[in-house]
Amino acid sequence: MKLTVWTYEGPPHVGAMRVATAMKGLHYVLHAPQGDTYADLLFTMIERRNHRPPVTYTTFQARDLGSDTAQLFQDACRDAYERFQPEAIIVGASCTAELIQDDPGGMAETMGLPVPVIALELPSYQRKENFGADETLFQIVRHLAKPVAKTDRITCNLIGPTALGFRHRDDIEELTGLLSDMGVDVNVCAPMGATPSDIARLGAAHFNVLMYPETGESACRWMERDLGIPFTKTVPIGVGATRDFIAEVAAITGLSPKIDEARLRLPWYSASVDSTYLTGKRVFLFGDGTHVKAAARIARDEMGFEVVGLGCYNREMARDIRATAKEFGLTALITEDYLEVEAAIEALAPEMILGTQMERHIGKRLGIPCAVISAPVHVQDFPARYSPQMGFEGANVIFDTWVHPLVMGLEEHLLHMFRDDFEFHDAAGASHHGGKAVAAPEAESEPVTAANSDATAPQTGEVIWLSDAERELKKIPFFVRGKARRNTETFAQQKGLQEISVDTLYEAKAHYAR
Amino acid sequence: MTLNRPLPVTTGCRETPVLKQRGQREVFCGLTGIIWLHRKMQDAFFLVIGSRTCAHLLQSAAGVMIFAEPRFGTAILEETDLAGMKDAQDELDSVVAKLLSRRPDIKQLFLVGSCPSEVIKLDLSKAAERMTQTYAPHVRVLNFSGSGIETTFTQGEDACLASMVPVLPATESRELMLVGALPDVVEQQAVGLLEQMGIGPIRVLPAHRAADQFGVGANTVFALLQPFLGDTHAELERRGARHIPAPFPFGEEGTTAWLAAVASEFGVTQEVFDRVTAAPRDRARRAVAQASEGLRGKSVFFFPDSQLEIPLARFLTRECGMTAIEVGAPYIHHNIVGPDLDLLAEGPVLSEGQDVDLQLDRCRAARPDLTVCGLGLANPLEAEGLATKWAIELVFTPVHFYEQAGDLAGLFSRPLRRRGLLKLEAAE
Repeated sequence: MKLTVWTYEGPPHVGAMRVATAMKGLHYVLHAPQGDTYADLLFTMIERRNHRPPVTYTTFQARDLGSDTAQLFQDACRDAYERFQPEAIIVGASCTAELIQDDPGGMAETMGLPVPVIALELPSYQRKENFGADETLFQIVRHLAKPVAKTDRITCNLIGPTALGFRHRDDIEELTGLLSDMGVDVNVCAPMGATPSDIARLGAAHFNVLMYPETGESACRWMERDLGIPFTKTVPIGVGATRDFIAEVAAITGLSPKIDEARLRLPWYSASVDSTYLTGKRVFLFGDGTHVKAAARIARDEMGFEVVGLGCYNREMARDIRATAKEFGLTALITEDYLEVEAAIEALAPEMILGTQMERHIGKRLGIPCAVISAPVHVQDFPARYSPQMGFEGANVIFDTWVHPLVMGLEEHLLHMFRDDFEFHDAAGASHHGGKAVAAPEAESEPVTAANSDATAPQTGEVIWLSDAERELKKIPFFVRGKARRNTETFAQQKGLQEISVDTLYEAKAHYAR
Repeated sequence: MTLNRPLPVTTGCRETPVLKQRGQREVFCGLTGIIWLHRKMQDAFFLVIGSRTCAHLLQSAAGVMIFAEPRFGTAILEETDLAGMKDAQDELDSVVAKLLSRRPDIKQLFLVGSCPSEVIKLDLSKAAERMTQTYAPHVRVLNFSGSGIETTFTQGEDACLASMVPVLPATESRELMLVGALPDVVEQQAVGLLEQMGIGPIRVLPAHRAADQFGVGANTVFALLQPFLGDTHAELERRGARHIPAPFPFGEEGTTAWLAAVASEFGVTQEVFDRVTAAPRDRARRAVAQASEGLRGKSVFFFPDSQLEIPLARFLTRECGMTAIEVGAPYIHHNIVGPDLDLLAEGPVLSEGQDVDLQLDRCRAARPDLTVCGLGLANPLEAEGLATKWAIELVFTPVHFYEQAGDLAGLFSRPLRRRGLLKLEAAE
């Protein structure tokens, strides 16, 4: 038993729903109690889908247990076929139905339905949502994809985008355009938008683009082995990764890797002088493995940030993320425990978090700006406008998204200069974030009591801040104060100092000057 | 004394045959109630013993993620618990020990059963008894089931409140108990009105804090604030308390009828009753008249959700001028919603439980002006051109009693008003 407050991933059958809902002409018959129908609202509300997910739940109740749950399943399956006339059906059990062991797969296969029936085995008490999506797509592909003649033109399949994915809708469009610029057509995109008959002709493509390893890797590996279709290993998120991806596609296809980069603005935006203030910003990264790995590279190589911590919640990507962390001289945080992530962020005191909606809340509580880079998703992660993460436009979107939570570059300088102004002071927050202007806090508002007149409690370690130094620290604008505090404490510890004075603060400042 | 009760319609719906179909139900399970119960009981923690699905539901069902240090969590069953490799009761003890040491402010702990814990027959009442002994007198441990195989949405609150009744101390004093978790501001309005009539002492179940506990006995009379409290009703009667049947306090008429039933029980004179209620009644009438302008002459179709459907249909048809086409409820407790059924004019189909696909067929055929349904159905129906009202908002928003009557009408009229405002059709 494990105590859980918030979860990054849902159960595996929700992963299967993400695949079913992304596809067309496929129906999912799920042996599940009535409460499990809550999952429909993930799609209709968070993603604003205009149709119900193609899922029939058996919604058994306590009184059905031990009597006729199996019959209930068969009736639901037959009714679903008659009403929705799908090209193929996937069947499975949610966590509760797994316990009553009705074997939906076996039952459905013996019913003699005139369409392919694919049984899913998704162990609810061991695995989670991403596994469920990956396994479901794999089973669908394995059952339906057949060796077929290759297309005359060079084509690829886009593999991995699902319903409820982080910007999957726009990533498809961006990659389709990028590949088209190279001279590659898209044969099938799956599961998003694909019908079972589209799945049958996956083999016509010359190669696969694995967009999201979380949801598409097993299918790509199977197609590589059984259909001889190679797949791309680079996920094209960020400028460098997109160029590497283009080179990879060029190597597979023999096409030219030279394509027009006129739409790409990130490099100039990052090089322009207004961005100088981004230099060395300490960032913490957390999310799914794919997005974190890509974000780490962008943060360091394309934004000039310092990555002070990174991790992911999906253990399937743990090896990859550990390797990435090592390359950055860090130890990866692999956990699904939200409280552990919060503790790590609190201890590292980064200047910015690149995380999920959960980390956005952590940031809100700790007063640290946060940009969202990965699922789990929220209604905000489905913007009306075009906002991919992949390709050139994806890089542009990422630049804007990551810079937005911060105080603007010139504003940062002005805050340094005018920080004593009664209206324009750091506690008022970034000017482009709305919220109401607050009065500047009184300079010496904190009463100095006898007990703490000489020293204040240390934030970390054994080092004590003398009150003069603490006051001096407060004069530093809020968006660099955390970094200054941390640097000074580290410096003091390295020097074996017990106390931090104003001198120590400036010694440390000189030491870390860049 | 007989207070001026609203006149029943010539033929109400009490005897109307109920349509019962068996098929897919599109409803939440009882765990959802934890979302509002944990905010109402400020020193209580709700520990669901369940699966990742339960944890995911709690996080998703509210539509938002409430990150303000939640007082609920899920003890997720793992393979080792199911395979019997570990003793689930021992595991639960260690989870609870860890939890209570981290949260010393917790005075009431609810062990909440789920579908998986019910199916593996994990005995939570045994666990609650054992833990109550371990942690007494500091923490009281109770258990109830919020599982989807036994409860639908608001029945979770019913199961929770019902679990609290047997442990209430006994009392012989004549007291009024109001039953149901309402937002504080609404609860205070209700108590205020009754106190002005000289009724008291008034107790509310659930109390804010474990320490505010009160007794129950043969001289206790109780009034329900919500129509879904069937099990709690039964538990209270088992303790000797007597129920005051009444229509539910939605809208001006419902609130007046509900107050009148309680006032009548306590021998309040017509004069006192009128003096206390006149001003808020008048305000409520005006507010409803204004907010329901867009509803008059419009039709409404209820999918089953919270069991509030019958009292709300009564409000919408009698006070807002709407016509009900179908009133679906997950369960219909005739002894509890009887007074509302008496006031609901014959005509609508009454349905209990559902086969969602067949019900959607009926809804599409009827093309109601407004469909009240759950979040899973709302956007798909909007996309088909049907205006909808999400039912869950009726449970999360203050809608009871006089001062909220206008807001209640507004919840239904807003979707229609919005449709009127938007000019988005493409040019032909």
